[in-house]
Order: sequence, then C-alpha cells, then structure tokens
Amino acid sequence: MPRVKVPRKSTSVDMTAMCDVAFLLLTFFILTATSRQPDPLDIKTPSSTVQFKVPDKDLAILSIGKGKVFVELIGQDIKRETLLKMGALYGAKFTEAELKRFAVMSSFGVPMQGMKQFINMSPEERTKSKFETGIPVDSTANNELYRWIEQSRYAVAELHKTEMRVSIKGDGPEEYPVIRKIVEVLQKQKVNKFSLITSAEAAAK
Amino acid sequence: MAELNTGGGGDKGGKVRSKKQSTRVDLTAMVDLAFLLITFFMLTTSLSKPLAMDIAKPDKDIKDENRKELKASQTMTILLGKNNKIAWYMGVPSPNTPPTIEGFADIRASLLKNKQEVKEKMGGKDIVIVIKPTDGSTYKNFVDIMDELSITKTNINAPAIDDDPAHLMDSEKDFMRAQGILK
Repeated sequence: MPRVKVPRKSTSVDMTAMCDVAFLLLTFFILTATSRQPDPLDIKTPSSTVQFKVPDKDLAILSIGKGKVFVELIGQDIKRETLLKMGALYGAKFTEAELKRFAVMSSFGVPMQGMKQFINMSPEERTKSKFETGIPVDSTANNELYRWIEQSRYAVAELHKTEMRVSIKGDGPEEYPVIRKIVEVLQKQKVNKFSLITSAEAAAK
Repeated sequence: MAELNTGGGGDKGGKVRSKKQSTRVDLTAMVDLAFLLITFFMLTTSLSKPLAMDIAKPDKDIKDENRKELKASQTMTILLGKNNKIAWYMGVPSPNTPPTIEGFADIRASLLKNKQEVKEKMGGKDIVIVIKPTDGSTYKNFVDIMDELSITKTNINAPAIDDDPAHLMDSEKDFMRAQGILK
C-alpha cells in the first residue's frame, strides 16, 4: 500500500499586512500621546459625577497636597511669557535656554529665589533637591501664588485673547482651611469662578 | 513588487544570467518591535481625562444693594464637620430644633426630602442651600457635598458657599462642639 504523502507546507506567514497595521496604530498612539509626567505631590482627587471635561488649554492647575501648592500652566508659550513677567517683577533675568527649559516643565512649586537654579537642574536632581517646597502663600496681599496667577492671566489674555480658567486639584484628605487659603488668593483678584478637578465616578441613578 | 537585481553587472564575454533572489524579508522581529511600542504608548497615554466641577463664589467686595430676600424656612444650612460628619438644619438654628447629624451616605435622602417639603410649603419655590465647611472638614467632604447637590438637583438656586470661619454662628459652634465634630 502506498503511503499518502502529506505535502509539507511552509510555516512562514506573510506578515506584511500585520506589520502595516501595527505601524499604523503605533503612529496613531505616538501622535496622540501626551506623556504622563510624574506628579511631585501624590494627589488623590476625590471622585464626582460631573460630566464636564477639563479643557486642555488656557488653564492653570493648582495642585494642593500636604499643605503645599504647586502650579501647572498649560501651554508652552504661556509658561514662557509668565516666567518673563515674573522675572521682571522679582528682578530675575532668565536666558533663552532657561525659558525653553521652563516651557517644557510640568508643575512646579519653587519660590522665585530658587527658580533659576531649579530650572537648570536635571529632572532627577529636581526631585532629589529640597527646592520643591510649594509656592509661598503667606499672609501678605501680594504673595507669590497671587503673582503667578495674576501674571499667567495677563499672559493668556495677551497671547490668546481669552480668559484663563483656574482649576484646583486637591488631595482628598487635605484639610479645608488649606483650600480656603488658596481660594482667598483667587478671590482677591476677582477669580470667583473656578473649577475643582475630580476623577470620574459612576453616575448615580 | 520591486525586485532587486543582485547579479554582477559586468558584461564580460558571455551573457551572465542574473540570479533571481527572493524579495521576502522576515518581518517577525519588526512586528514584535512595533507591538512593543504600541503597548508602551497605550499604557502611557492617559485616556480618561479628569473632570472639572465648576464652583462660583460670591464676590467678597461688592456691596450689592439689591439682594434677594430669602425666607428662613426656605434655606437649608449644611455644616461640614470633622470625621466626615454633616450637621444640617432648616431655617434658623434653635435649641428646640437641633441640627441633624448625618454621614455622607444619608445626606442624599435628606436633601431630596427637604427639597420636596420646601416646594410644598412655599408654593413651588426652590430650596436654597448654604454650605459651611468648617476647619475640621476635608477637601473630599466639600467635593462630595457639591456632588450630592448636583445629583439631587438642589442647586437650582446656586448654593451659597460660606467658608469664612467668622460667619459660623455661636449656636452652630456650640452644637457641633457638643457633638464632637468641631475641630
């Protein structure tokens, strides 16, 4: 009896199509990616059922945790302009390179005296250094947080011709008096409307 | 498909037949790499954007002459105390009708009940909420109560947020101290 010969088939598959799809997806993700930067403050935002998404421009985010305040300005041009204005106010000169470095930073919580030195550090040095003590919010009428918000509002108004929104991103267990102090700074410059950043929660029935 | 001509290009003597080679490249490694990168970018992209809850506070400096009058029985005052406790009362606080102490789980029912009662008693008027976060409360408490207001739709009249410690009435303080929820 003759044995039935099973034809041996090649095991290699044509991967061209798969490769195409993979790179298409890769391109998509690279273009849409806004990489997540590590937050210097470990903030757990409380959840809520609101549906309004945080806008992604003309926004200042005040992160509050452990009694410290960090500021994050959205938009590189805004950050640059704000730092220029702050430098003029506090008598600090920033070079072009420093402005560029600042423009790509995320949130910062450094008093103005240490700002220049802080900008010139590498990201690892920044987290290690004891510079990030939060923006000073003392009882004086024109404290640094007040100035930062004021100058960034000017910058947004000049560059984008619109009103800057202020958001508060607070840590859940943070005690209310700390929040009140920040809100008072906002209200002092007539920012009576602001938003609280929360994470999503399943809508209640 | 394009083909590579890999024969020697010389024209020496007789005709040299160029050898036909396969144009297939092994794409396995390339696909592996591509998917690795895809995974990386998918994980680092923050897909869910955080949400923003809008808060409006009254201007501190403006002395508004044409303020709207409110009936005491129309207002519900919510005091946020420490240990995630809430004390609330309708109208003005008095020893006869002490505030109710509740946790955050029960406040929704009370809000709905009071909203209904005010509507019936006041001839269709909406309830007005006054929120007083005291020093003992946390930020989470404040967000939670604002969220409850929007869930129960008791924020038709914008809720008044009064966080000035000087505005906390003595009777309110006494009650909260007695209940151990004042800082």
